[in-house]
Amino acid sequence: MQINFTHHQSAHCENGVVSNLMKHHGFNVSEPMVFGIGSGLLFCYIPFLKVNHAPAITYRAMPGFIFKRFAKRVGIKIEREKFKDPKKAKAVLDNNLNNNNPVGLQVGVYNLSYFPDEYRFHFNAHNLVVYGKEENTYLISDPVMETVTTLTDKELEKVRFAKGALPPKGHIYYPTNFPKELNLEQAIVKGIKHTCRDMLAPMPILGVKGIRYTAKQIRKWPKKLGTKKANHYLGQIVRMQEEIGTGGGGFRYIFAAFLQESSKILNNPKLSELSKEMTQIGDIWRDFAVDASRIYKNRGAKADGYNEVASQLEILADKEELFFKALKKAI
Amino acid sequence: MKKSEVPQDKSNLESANFRELCYAVDENGEYTTAHTTGWDPKTIALDNAIDEINQRIEDAKKRVHNNQTSPIEYYMELHKMDLQILASYVGLWQWRVKRHFKPKVFQKLSNKTLQKYADIFDITIKQLKNIEHAN
Repeated sequence: MQINFTHHQSAHCENGVVSNLMKHHGFNVSEPMVFGIGSGLLFCYIPFLKVNHAPAITYRAMPGFIFKRFAKRVGIKIEREKFKDPKKAKAVLDNNLNNNNPVGLQVGVYNLSYFPDEYRFHFNAHNLVVYGKEENTYLISDPVMETVTTLTDKELEKVRFAKGALPPKGHIYYPTNFPKELNLEQAIVKGIKHTCRDMLAPMPILGVKGIRYTAKQIRKWPKKLGTKKANHYLGQIVRMQEEIGTGGGGFRYIFAAFLQESSKILNNPKLSELSKEMTQIGDIWRDFAVDASRIYKNRGAKADGYNEVASQLEILADKEELFFKALKKAI
Repeated sequence: MKKSEVPQDKSNLESANFRELCYAVDENGEYTTAHTTGWDPKTIALDNAIDEINQRIEDAKKRVHNNQTSPIEYYMELHKMDLQILASYVGLWQWRVKRHFKPKVFQKLSNKTLQKYADIFDITIKQLKNIEHAN
Protein backbone atom coordinates (compact mmCIF):
# COMPACT_ATOMS: atom_id res chain seq x y z
CA MET A 1 0.00 0.00 0.00
CA GLN A 2 1.13 3.49 -0.71
CA ILE A 3 -0.04 6.85 0.59
CA ASN A 4 -0.36 9.64 -1.94
CA PHE A 5 2.58 11.66 -0.63
CA THR A 6 4.62 14.24 -2.54
CA HIS A 7 8.36 14.25 -1.96
CA HIS A 8 10.11 17.64 -1.95
CA GLN A 9 13.87 17.74 -1.55
CA SER A 10 15.14 20.03 1.17
CA ALA A 11 18.52 21.08 2.47
CA HIS A 12 18.06 19.83 6.00
CA CYS A 13 16.32 16.66 7.16
CA GLU A 14 14.34 17.92 10.14
CA ASN A 15 12.93 21.04 8.45
CA GLY A 16 12.30 18.94 5.37
CA VAL A 17 10.27 16.28 7.15
CA VAL A 18 8.16 18.91 8.91
CA SER A 19 7.66 20.93 5.73
CA ASN A 20 6.76 17.83 3.71
CA LEU A 21 4.32 16.55 6.35
CA MET A 22 2.68 20.00 6.59
CA LYS A 23 2.33 20.16 2.82
CA HIS A 24 0.77 16.70 2.86
CA HIS A 25 -1.88 18.00 5.26
CA GLY A 26 -2.61 20.96 3.04
CA PHE A 27 -0.50 23.69 4.66
CA ASN A 28 2.05 25.17 2.32
CA VAL A 29 4.95 25.88 4.68
CA SER A 30 8.43 26.23 3.21
CA GLU A 31 11.60 24.78 4.67
CA PRO A 32 13.08 28.17 5.69
CA MET A 33 9.77 29.00 7.41
CA VAL A 34 9.97 25.85 9.55
CA PHE A 35 13.62 26.55 10.31
CA GLY A 36 13.01 30.19 11.28
CA ILE A 37 9.89 29.67 13.36
CA GLY A 38 11.54 26.72 15.07
CA SER A 39 14.56 28.96 15.87
CA GLY A 40 16.95 26.54 14.21
CA LEU A 41 19.88 28.93 13.84
CA LEU A 42 22.57 28.64 16.47
CA PHE A 43 26.26 28.42 17.12
CA CYS A 44 27.55 26.20 19.85
CA TYR A 45 31.02 24.83 20.55
CA ILE A 46 31.31 22.05 23.11
CA PRO A 47 35.00 21.37 23.74
CA PHE A 48 34.46 18.50 26.17
CA LEU A 49 32.08 16.54 23.94
CA LYS A 50 33.94 14.64 21.24
CA VAL A 51 32.38 13.61 17.92
CA ASN A 52 34.57 11.62 15.52
CA HIS A 53 37.51 12.34 17.83
CA ALA A 54 37.16 16.13 17.57
CA PRO A 55 35.23 18.68 19.67
CA ALA A 56 31.53 18.92 18.89
CA ILE A 57 30.40 22.04 17.14
CA THR A 58 26.96 22.84 15.83
CA TYR A 59 25.34 25.54 13.75
CA ARG A 60 21.78 24.49 14.61
CA ALA A 61 19.46 23.77 17.50
CA MET A 62 19.34 20.34 19.14
CA PRO A 63 17.67 17.65 17.01
CA GLY A 64 13.93 17.64 17.60
CA PHE A 65 13.80 21.18 18.99
CA ILE A 66 12.96 22.80 15.66
CA PHE A 67 9.83 20.70 15.19
CA LYS A 68 8.80 21.05 18.83
CA ARG A 69 9.03 24.85 18.76
CA PHE A 70 7.45 25.11 15.33
CA ALA A 71 4.46 23.01 16.42
CA LYS A 72 3.96 25.00 19.59
CA ARG A 73 4.22 28.36 17.85
CA VAL A 74 1.84 27.67 14.97
CA GLY A 75 -0.54 25.65 17.12
CA ILE A 76 -0.37 22.11 15.81
CA LYS A 77 -0.21 19.01 17.97
CA ILE A 78 2.37 16.27 17.47
CA GLU A 79 2.01 12.69 18.54
CA ARG A 80 5.33 11.03 19.38
CA GLU A 81 6.36 7.69 20.69
CA LYS A 82 9.60 5.86 21.52
CA PHE A 83 9.98 2.14 22.00
CA LYS A 84 12.04 -0.50 23.74
CA ASP A 85 10.70 -3.32 21.62
CA PRO A 86 11.43 -3.20 17.85
CA LYS A 87 8.37 -5.40 17.18
CA LYS A 88 6.05 -2.92 18.81
CA ALA A 89 7.74 -0.05 16.98
CA LYS A 90 7.09 -1.84 13.71
CA ALA A 91 3.45 -2.56 14.61
CA VAL A 92 2.76 1.11 15.38
CA LEU A 93 4.41 2.15 12.12
CA ASP A 94 2.40 -0.37 10.06
CA ASN A 95 -0.77 0.67 11.81
CA ASN A 96 -0.24 4.30 10.84
CA LEU A 97 0.51 3.41 7.24
CA ASN A 98 -2.68 1.34 7.12
CA ASN A 99 -4.56 4.40 8.33
CA ASN A 100 -3.14 6.41 5.44
CA ASN A 101 -0.95 8.46 7.75
CA PRO A 102 2.63 9.21 6.60
CA VAL A 103 4.94 9.44 9.61
CA GLY A 104 8.30 10.96 10.50
CA LEU A 105 11.01 8.73 11.95
CA GLN A 106 14.27 9.52 13.70
CA VAL A 107 17.01 7.22 12.43
CA GLY A 108 20.76 6.60 12.55
CA VAL A 109 22.74 7.37 9.41
CA TYR A 110 25.38 4.63 9.65
CA ASN A 111 23.22 1.85 8.22
CA LEU A 112 21.27 3.88 5.67
CA SER A 113 22.08 1.78 2.62
CA TYR A 114 21.18 4.47 0.09
CA PHE A 115 23.67 7.03 1.47
CA PRO A 116 27.15 7.26 -0.11
CA ASP A 117 29.63 5.28 2.02
CA GLU A 118 31.70 8.34 2.85
CA TYR A 119 28.71 9.96 4.50
CA ARG A 120 27.78 7.06 6.74
CA PHE A 121 28.82 8.10 10.23
CA HIS A 122 27.30 7.19 13.58
CA PHE A 123 24.98 10.16 13.61
CA ASN A 124 21.62 9.32 15.13
CA ALA A 125 19.50 12.39 14.56
CA HIS A 126 18.57 12.00 10.92
CA ASN A 127 14.89 12.25 9.94
CA LEU A 128 12.82 10.75 7.15
CA VAL A 129 9.22 10.06 6.22
CA VAL A 130 7.71 6.61 5.61
CA TYR A 131 4.78 6.84 3.24
CA GLY A 132 3.98 3.25 2.35
CA LYS A 133 4.87 -0.41 2.38
CA GLU A 134 5.06 -3.04 -0.31
CA GLU A 135 5.47 -6.53 1.13
CA ASN A 136 8.67 -6.26 3.17
CA THR A 137 9.86 -2.99 1.72
CA TYR A 138 9.10 0.41 3.15
CA LEU A 139 8.70 3.42 0.89
CA ILE A 140 10.92 6.21 2.15
CA SER A 141 10.93 9.92 1.48
CA ASP A 142 14.26 11.15 2.78
CA PRO A 143 14.16 14.94 2.42
CA VAL A 144 17.85 15.36 1.65
CA MET A 145 17.61 12.94 -1.31
CA GLU A 146 16.51 14.09 -4.75
CA THR A 147 13.95 11.30 -5.15
CA VAL A 148 12.13 8.79 -2.98
CA THR A 149 13.82 5.55 -2.02
CA THR A 150 13.16 2.28 -0.15
CA LEU A 151 14.42 0.28 2.81
CA THR A 152 13.68 -3.37 3.69
CA ASP A 153 12.04 -4.00 7.06
CA LYS A 154 15.35 -5.35 8.41
CA GLU A 155 17.26 -2.25 7.27
CA LEU A 156 14.63 0.04 8.72
CA GLU A 157 14.71 -1.74 12.07
CA LYS A 158 18.50 -1.37 12.17
CA VAL A 159 18.45 2.38 11.58
CA ARG A 160 15.51 2.94 13.93
CA PHE A 161 17.35 1.16 16.72
CA ALA A 162 20.84 2.51 16.11
CA LYS A 163 22.93 2.97 19.28
CA GLY A 164 25.41 5.56 20.48
CA ALA A 165 24.79 9.22 21.28
CA LEU A 166 21.11 10.31 20.99
CA PRO A 167 19.76 6.83 20.16
CA PRO A 168 16.48 7.12 18.21
CA LYS A 169 14.78 4.21 20.06
CA GLY A 170 12.35 3.84 17.20
CA HIS A 171 11.16 7.44 17.65
CA ILE A 172 8.04 7.98 15.51
CA TYR A 173 6.16 11.28 15.18
CA TYR A 174 3.38 12.89 13.18
CA PRO A 175 1.17 15.97 13.42
CA THR A 176 -2.39 15.27 14.59
CA ASN A 177 -4.39 18.41 15.34
CA PHE A 178 -4.33 21.42 13.04
CA PRO A 179 -5.82 24.87 13.58
CA LYS A 180 -8.15 26.19 10.86
CA GLU A 181 -5.51 28.65 9.80
CA LEU A 182 -1.86 28.85 10.76
CA ASN A 183 -1.03 31.95 12.71
CA LEU A 184 2.30 32.60 11.04
CA GLU A 185 2.78 36.29 11.99
CA GLN A 186 2.97 35.69 15.71
CA ALA A 187 4.99 32.52 15.26
CA ILE A 188 7.59 34.35 13.14
CA VAL A 189 8.08 37.04 15.76
CA LYS A 190 8.50 34.44 18.49
CA GLY A 191 10.93 32.46 16.37
CA ILE A 192 13.09 35.50 15.58
CA LYS A 193 13.14 36.71 19.19
CA HIS A 194 14.25 33.32 20.39
CA THR A 195 17.07 33.15 17.82
CA CYS A 196 18.31 36.63 18.81
CA ARG A 197 18.27 35.57 22.43
CA ASP A 198 20.29 32.41 21.68
CA MET A 199 22.83 34.17 19.51
CA LEU A 200 23.37 37.02 21.99
CA ALA A 201 23.31 34.76 25.06
CA PRO A 202 25.79 35.61 27.81
CA MET A 203 27.23 32.10 27.68
CA PRO A 204 30.86 31.48 26.74
CA ILE A 205 30.22 28.63 24.29
CA LEU A 206 26.92 29.77 22.78
CA GLY A 207 26.09 32.15 19.94
CA VAL A 208 28.32 35.11 19.18
CA LYS A 209 30.41 34.46 22.29
CA GLY A 210 30.82 30.86 21.20
CA ILE A 211 32.24 32.01 17.86
CA ARG A 212 34.79 34.21 19.67
CA TYR A 213 35.66 31.36 22.02
CA THR A 214 36.21 29.02 19.06
CA ALA A 215 38.50 31.59 17.42
CA LYS A 216 40.54 31.78 20.61
CA GLN A 217 40.88 28.00 20.72
CA ILE A 218 41.92 27.82 17.06
CA ARG A 219 44.86 30.14 17.78
CA LYS A 220 46.06 27.69 20.44
CA TRP A 221 45.55 24.47 18.48
CA PRO A 222 48.75 24.22 16.37
CA LYS A 223 51.01 24.60 19.42
CA LYS A 224 48.89 22.66 21.84
CA LEU A 225 47.87 19.74 19.62
CA GLY A 226 50.35 19.61 16.76
CA THR A 227 49.50 20.21 13.12
CA LYS A 228 47.83 16.88 12.46
CA LYS A 229 45.25 17.10 15.23
CA ALA A 230 44.74 20.82 14.69
CA ASN A 231 43.92 20.16 11.05
CA HIS A 232 41.52 17.41 12.00
CA TYR A 233 39.73 19.74 14.43
CA LEU A 234 39.57 22.53 11.87
CA GLY A 235 38.24 20.09 9.28
CA GLN A 236 35.45 19.13 11.64
CA ILE A 237 34.35 22.78 11.92
CA VAL A 238 34.14 23.08 8.14
CA ARG A 239 32.30 19.78 7.86
CA MET A 240 29.69 20.76 10.43
CA GLN A 241 29.26 24.10 8.64
CA GLU A 242 28.95 22.80 5.11
CA GLU A 243 28.01 19.11 5.22
CA ILE A 244 24.70 17.92 3.82
CA GLY A 245 21.84 19.67 5.46
CA THR A 246 23.05 23.18 6.13
CA GLY A 247 22.01 24.67 2.79
CA GLY A 248 25.41 26.35 2.71
CA GLY A 249 27.20 28.71 5.08
CA GLY A 250 26.18 26.96 8.28
CA PHE A 251 22.42 27.54 7.81
CA ARG A 252 22.96 31.29 7.30
CA TYR A 253 21.45 31.19 3.80
CA ILE A 254 18.34 29.32 4.93
CA PHE A 255 17.91 31.89 7.67
CA ALA A 256 18.27 34.73 5.14
CA ALA A 257 15.61 33.06 2.98
CA PHE A 258 13.36 32.90 6.04
CA LEU A 259 13.84 36.62 6.74
CA GLN A 260 13.00 37.46 3.14
CA GLU A 261 9.79 35.41 3.25
CA SER A 262 8.88 36.88 6.65
CA SER A 263 9.41 40.40 5.40
CA LYS A 264 6.53 39.87 2.97
CA ILE A 265 4.24 38.16 5.47
CA LEU A 266 4.80 40.77 8.19
CA ASN A 267 5.00 43.59 5.68
CA ASN A 268 8.26 44.70 7.23
CA PRO A 269 10.83 45.99 4.68
CA LYS A 270 13.53 46.12 7.36
CA LEU A 271 13.59 42.30 7.45
CA SER A 272 14.28 42.20 3.73
CA GLU A 273 17.30 44.46 4.22
CA LEU A 274 18.51 42.28 7.06
CA SER A 275 18.07 39.23 4.84
CA LYS A 276 20.57 40.74 2.40
CA GLU A 277 22.95 41.39 5.25
CA MET A 278 22.64 37.78 6.44
CA THR A 279 23.43 36.58 2.90
CA GLN A 280 26.65 38.59 3.04
CA ILE A 281 27.49 37.11 6.43
CA GLY A 282 26.86 33.65 4.91
CA ASP A 283 29.33 34.52 2.16
CA ILE A 284 31.98 35.33 4.75
CA TRP A 285 31.35 31.96 6.42
CA ARG A 286 31.96 30.37 3.01
CA ASP A 287 35.22 32.33 2.67
CA PHE A 288 36.23 31.08 6.08
CA ALA A 289 35.63 27.49 4.88
CA VAL A 290 37.77 28.10 1.78
CA ASP A 291 40.66 29.51 3.82
CA ALA A 292 40.41 26.80 6.46
CA SER A 293 40.48 24.10 3.79
CA ARG A 294 43.67 25.64 2.36
CA ILE A 295 45.34 25.09 5.71
CA TYR A 296 44.61 21.38 5.97
CA LYS A 297 45.17 20.79 2.28
CA ASN A 298 48.86 21.63 2.37
CA ARG A 299 49.65 20.00 5.63
CA GLY A 300 52.99 21.69 6.23
CA ALA A 301 51.33 25.10 6.07
CA LYS A 302 52.47 28.01 8.17
CA ALA A 303 51.15 28.30 11.69
CA ASP A 304 50.01 31.79 10.82
CA GLY A 305 47.14 30.35 8.79
CA TYR A 306 45.39 29.45 12.02
CA ASN A 307 45.66 33.01 13.27
CA GLU A 308 44.22 34.26 9.99
CA VAL A 309 41.13 32.03 10.08
CA ALA A 310 40.70 32.82 13.77
CA SER A 311 40.65 36.54 12.90
CA GLN A 312 38.03 35.78 10.25
CA LEU A 313 35.87 34.12 12.88
CA GLU A 314 36.26 37.14 15.14
CA ILE A 315 35.09 39.41 12.33
CA LEU A 316 32.10 37.09 11.84
CA ALA A 317 31.32 37.27 15.54
CA ASP A 318 31.36 41.08 15.44
CA LYS A 319 29.14 41.16 12.38
CA GLU A 320 26.65 38.68 13.79
CA GLU A 321 26.51 40.54 17.08
CA LEU A 322 25.54 43.77 15.30
CA PHE A 323 23.17 41.84 13.05
CA PHE A 324 21.18 40.16 15.81
CA LYS A 325 20.99 43.38 17.82
CA ALA A 326 19.52 45.08 14.75
CA LEU A 327 17.17 42.15 14.13
CA LYS A 328 15.89 42.29 17.70
CA LYS A 329 14.99 45.94 17.19
CA ALA A 330 13.41 45.34 13.79
CA ILE A 331 10.52 43.24 15.08
CA MET B 1 25.66 33.37 -2.50
CA LYS B 2 24.27 33.97 -5.97
CA LYS B 3 22.53 31.15 -7.78
CA SER B 4 25.07 31.36 -10.60
CA GLU B 5 27.86 30.90 -8.05
CA VAL B 6 26.56 27.67 -6.52
CA PRO B 7 29.60 25.39 -6.75
CA GLN B 8 29.47 22.33 -9.01
CA ASP B 9 32.73 20.66 -8.03
CA LYS B 10 33.45 16.96 -8.19
CA SER B 11 32.77 15.14 -4.94
CA ASN B 12 32.03 11.79 -3.33
CA LEU B 13 28.33 12.44 -3.85
CA GLU B 14 28.70 11.70 -7.53
CA SER B 15 29.23 7.97 -7.01
CA ALA B 16 25.76 7.76 -5.48
CA ASN B 17 24.20 9.92 -8.15
CA PHE B 18 23.12 12.40 -5.57
CA ARG B 19 22.95 16.18 -5.60
CA GLU B 20 22.51 18.31 -2.55
CA LEU B 21 20.17 21.25 -2.19
CA CYS B 22 21.36 24.68 -1.14
CA TYR B 23 19.89 28.16 -0.86
CA ALA B 24 20.99 31.07 -3.05
CA VAL B 25 19.64 34.34 -4.49
CA ASP B 26 18.62 34.72 -8.13
CA GLU B 27 19.19 37.75 -10.44
CA ASN B 28 16.31 39.64 -8.78
CA GLY B 29 17.66 39.12 -5.29
CA GLU B 30 14.95 36.56 -4.46
CA TYR B 31 15.86 33.44 -2.51
CA THR B 32 15.57 30.15 -4.33
CA THR B 33 17.05 26.66 -4.13
CA ALA B 34 19.74 25.17 -6.35
CA HIS B 35 21.38 21.80 -6.68
CA THR B 36 25.07 21.37 -6.04
CA THR B 37 27.24 18.41 -6.99
CA GLY B 38 29.84 19.31 -4.39
CA TRP B 39 32.24 21.95 -3.16
CA ASP B 40 36.01 21.46 -2.95
CA PRO B 41 36.62 22.91 0.54
CA LYS B 42 34.21 20.43 2.09
CA THR B 43 35.31 17.53 -0.09
CA ILE B 44 38.83 18.10 1.22
CA ALA B 45 37.52 18.19 4.78
CA LEU B 46 35.61 14.94 4.31
CA ASP B 47 38.54 13.22 2.56
CA ASN B 48 40.80 14.21 5.44
CA ALA B 49 38.34 12.77 7.93
CA ILE B 50 38.20 9.50 5.96
CA ASP B 51 42.02 9.37 5.77
CA GLU B 52 42.13 9.82 9.51
CA ILE B 53 39.77 6.87 9.98
CA ASN B 54 41.78 4.71 7.58
CA GLN B 55 44.92 5.50 9.52
CA ARG B 56 43.22 4.48 12.75
CA ILE B 57 42.17 1.19 11.13
CA GLU B 58 45.71 0.51 9.87
CA ASP B 59 47.12 1.35 13.26
CA ALA B 60 44.68 -1.00 15.00
CA LYS B 61 45.54 -3.74 12.52
CA LYS B 62 49.24 -3.43 13.30
CA ARG B 63 48.58 -3.62 16.99
CA VAL B 64 46.46 -6.75 16.54
CA HIS B 65 49.36 -8.36 14.66
CA ASN B 66 51.78 -7.36 17.41
CA ASN B 67 49.39 -8.85 19.96
CA GLN B 68 48.93 -5.45 21.64
CA THR B 69 45.19 -5.36 21.22
CA SER B 70 42.32 -7.70 20.32
CA PRO B 71 40.50 -7.79 16.98
CA ILE B 72 37.53 -6.08 18.66
CA GLU B 73 39.36 -2.76 18.57
CA TYR B 74 40.19 -3.30 14.89
CA TYR B 75 36.57 -3.97 13.99
CA MET B 76 35.44 -1.03 16.10
CA GLU B 77 37.65 1.30 14.05
CA LEU B 78 36.60 -0.41 10.82
CA HIS B 79 32.99 0.47 11.63
CA LYS B 80 33.86 4.11 12.43
CA MET B 81 32.89 3.54 16.06
CA ASP B 82 34.45 4.73 19.27
CA LEU B 83 34.37 3.10 22.69
CA GLN B 84 31.17 4.83 23.71
CA ILE B 85 29.27 3.75 20.59
CA LEU B 86 30.52 0.15 20.72
CA ALA B 87 29.72 -0.13 24.43
CA SER B 88 26.17 1.02 23.83
CA TYR B 89 25.74 -1.53 21.03
CA VAL B 90 26.93 -4.48 23.16
CA GLY B 91 25.16 -3.12 26.21
CA LEU B 92 28.22 -3.23 28.46
CA TRP B 93 30.12 -0.65 30.49
CA GLN B 94 32.88 1.05 28.55
CA TRP B 95 35.56 -0.28 30.90
CA ARG B 96 34.42 -3.84 30.18
CA VAL B 97 34.66 -3.35 26.43
CA LYS B 98 38.07 -1.77 26.92
CA ARG B 99 39.12 -4.81 28.92
CA HIS B 100 38.08 -7.02 26.00
CA PHE B 101 40.72 -5.18 23.94
CA LYS B 102 43.39 -7.04 25.95
CA PRO B 103 44.46 -10.07 23.90
CA LYS B 104 44.62 -12.26 27.01
CA VAL B 105 41.10 -11.36 28.08
CA PHE B 106 39.83 -11.71 24.53
CA GLN B 107 41.15 -15.33 24.35
CA LYS B 108 39.00 -16.26 27.32
CA LEU B 109 35.75 -14.66 26.18
CA SER B 110 32.74 -16.98 26.04
CA ASN B 111 31.15 -17.83 22.73
CA LYS B 112 28.07 -15.93 23.82
CA THR B 113 30.00 -12.69 24.24
CA LEU B 114 31.93 -13.26 21.04
CA GLN B 115 28.66 -13.82 19.18
CA LYS B 116 27.37 -10.49 20.50
CA TYR B 117 30.35 -8.66 19.03
CA ALA B 118 30.17 -10.68 15.80
CA ASP B 119 26.50 -9.74 15.34
CA ILE B 120 27.25 -6.05 15.79
CA PHE B 121 30.00 -6.16 13.19
CA ASP B 122 27.92 -8.42 10.95
CA ILE B 123 30.59 -11.14 10.79
CA THR B 124 31.14 -14.71 12.02
CA ILE B 125 33.04 -15.63 15.19
CA LYS B 126 35.76 -17.03 12.98
CA GLN B 127 36.17 -13.67 11.28
CA LEU B 128 36.10 -11.94 14.64
CA LYS B 129 38.95 -14.09 15.95
CA ASN B 130 41.12 -13.60 12.90
CA ILE B 131 41.07 -10.27 11.17
CA GLU B 132 42.64 -11.76 8.04
CA HIS B 133 39.26 -13.35 7.35
CA ALA B 134 37.54 -9.96 7.27
CA ASN B 135 36.19 -9.11 3.85
